[in-house]
Amino acid sequence: MPSDLGHIRDKVRGYILQNLLFTDDASQLPDDVSLLERGIIDSTGVLEIVMYLEETFGIKVKDSDMLPENFDRVDSIARFVARTVDAK
Amino acid sequence: MRELRLLHDSLLAATDDPARLAKTAVIVEGRPYTYAELVDHALRLAAALRARGLGRGDRVAIYMDNTWPCVVSIFATLIAGGVFLIVNPQTKADKLAFILDDSGAKFLLSDAHLAKEYGAALAQAQQRPATIVSGDAADGAESFDAVVAAAAPLAGRAATIPLDLAALIYTSGSTGNPKGVMQTHQSMTFAAGSLVEYIRLGASDRILCALPLAFDYGLYQLLMSVRLGATLVLERSFTFPAQVFARMRETRVTVFPGVPTVFAMLLAAHGREPLLFPDVTRVTNTAAALPDDFAVRLREVFPNALIYKMYGLTECKRVSYLEPELVDAKPGSVGKAIPGTEVYLLSAEGHDVPPGETGILHVRGPHVMLGYWNRPDLTALMLKPGRLPGERVLCTQDHFRMDAEGFLYFVGRTDDIIKTRGEKVSPVEVENMLHAIDGVREAAVVGVPDELLGQAIRAFVVLKPGATLTDRQIRAYCASHLENFMVPRDIVLCADLPRTTTGKVSKKLLLEQPPA
Repeated sequence: MPSDLGHIRDKVRGYILQNLLFTDDASQLPDDVSLLERGIIDSTGVLEIVMYLEETFGIKVKDSDMLPENFDRVDSIARFVARTVDAK
Repeated sequence: MRELRLLHDSLLAATDDPARLAKTAVIVEGRPYTYAELVDHALRLAAALRARGLGRGDRVAIYMDNTWPCVVSIFATLIAGGVFLIVNPQTKADKLAFILDDSGAKFLLSDAHLAKEYGAALAQAQQRPATIVSGDAADGAESFDAVVAAAAPLAGRAATIPLDLAALIYTSGSTGNPKGVMQTHQSMTFAAGSLVEYIRLGASDRILCALPLAFDYGLYQLLMSVRLGATLVLERSFTFPAQVFARMRETRVTVFPGVPTVFAMLLAAHGREPLLFPDVTRVTNTAAALPDDFAVRLREVFPNALIYKMYGLTECKRVSYLEPELVDAKPGSVGKAIPGTEVYLLSAEGHDVPPGETGILHVRGPHVMLGYWNRPDLTALMLKPGRLPGERVLCTQDHFRMDAEGFLYFVGRTDDIIKTRGEKVSPVEVENMLHAIDGVREAAVVGVPDELLGQAIRAFVVLKPGATLTDRQIRAYCASHLENFMVPRDIVLCADLPRTTTGKVSKKLLLEQPPA
């Protein structure tokens, strides 16, 4: 069964809000905003997100997957996780 | 060939050289731009700035990511006779407003995606610079692309001479507010030439720059590259290392400048999936000491590279470098003065210091700053009378040791500036931000050792009676008011801060406290 994209997206957004923006206000983080351009992530932020994804979804993120197309938006992170989980 | 007197002379010299014009000057996130495009766009923007009132010596604030418009803006400002200052795009509104007011910038050049911060900064700044932004311009700002396209290339040259200012380079200071280091065309042209010489760079080099152009280490990659007619491979940041590595392979980068945090990330990645860059022939490190074992492991990743350990401060760009052939023979050393300059150690009383003993590092050379913009008081602390009449030398306030052969060893700083991820952070600046939070009675900030970051920022916070702030709320406030690298990694809530006998908060005792 394919992964529930909506569920993954909510968890990812929740994590970023709590741990990188330190807020519960979901309006601070639209799904399609560039995390890099908004200054929300930097190199350590990406590593924190990767560690969270590996723990929460039981996936392994390769260094070569850590690219803006996979990690620059909540939406793209959720799609990346869903793809990786489904490929397991 | 004409003399290179001004910082942009080497770029304008390309106009007489068809081969140079056709060559790739910059590859920005994979997209190449030729020297012809750089000259053309810079001359057009220069004309547009002049037409909008930019006069000789006027400041232009460039608050942009590492982008093509940023590169164009730097050279356009110089060509137009102005003084550029680059503000890190991570900077938040309050600090940007301070810098705009302090510099008296007449123009603000920015990116549309930074509108939230620059909009708030302009609303609180005392003066309103004219604003030009790349991307979708709004709120009275002009569009960068439209401005460049509409202007004809500037004809004629500005009246600039080598003693005029080229840039203000803002750097953190122990007093809390950043200060603008004044650098002239002469000093920057000299420094770029000295660096090019000892790093042994040439026109065929392809130099990576994933460091912010707002950081002088990043900026000089561009200046050196254009000086030589080489190619700069410009990346926005090291946030996505795999992307940077892919680009390095694709463009066959030959020069890799980094700071210890970047090398730590690179070596960690190498540990997971082996990395190999045989095209890289020079690797440079500055901003913080490169651990000795890094140099050994970096040779696995860069088997054909010379590895340079260097030391510097914005006030003179660079102080010293260790000849790469001596990396193993002189562990822990940052070498000798860069070509054309000299260094010496003096005691606190101003006497010569014998070999092996600790003294305060003094730097003499054409690369030394003119002073801090608007801050003669702080300038007087750093620039001291030299041995020749009227001469001023840079007193770095850093403690060093020199061996009998003249090699330098860093001992320590005399201020409490924190170095994290290669960035200088003023504890006072972070403390001021913490004090501004409603509910905070007192705060003290220290740097603690960290393998990846060099130092991590730890804040001890005392709340007012009845306040219910959590560490998360405090970090949230910091994250919205400070650059990412300045946000404390640890917040320790405590009942009181330890003090010295004179009642001052004791940072020494704080450093001895457990993290939580």
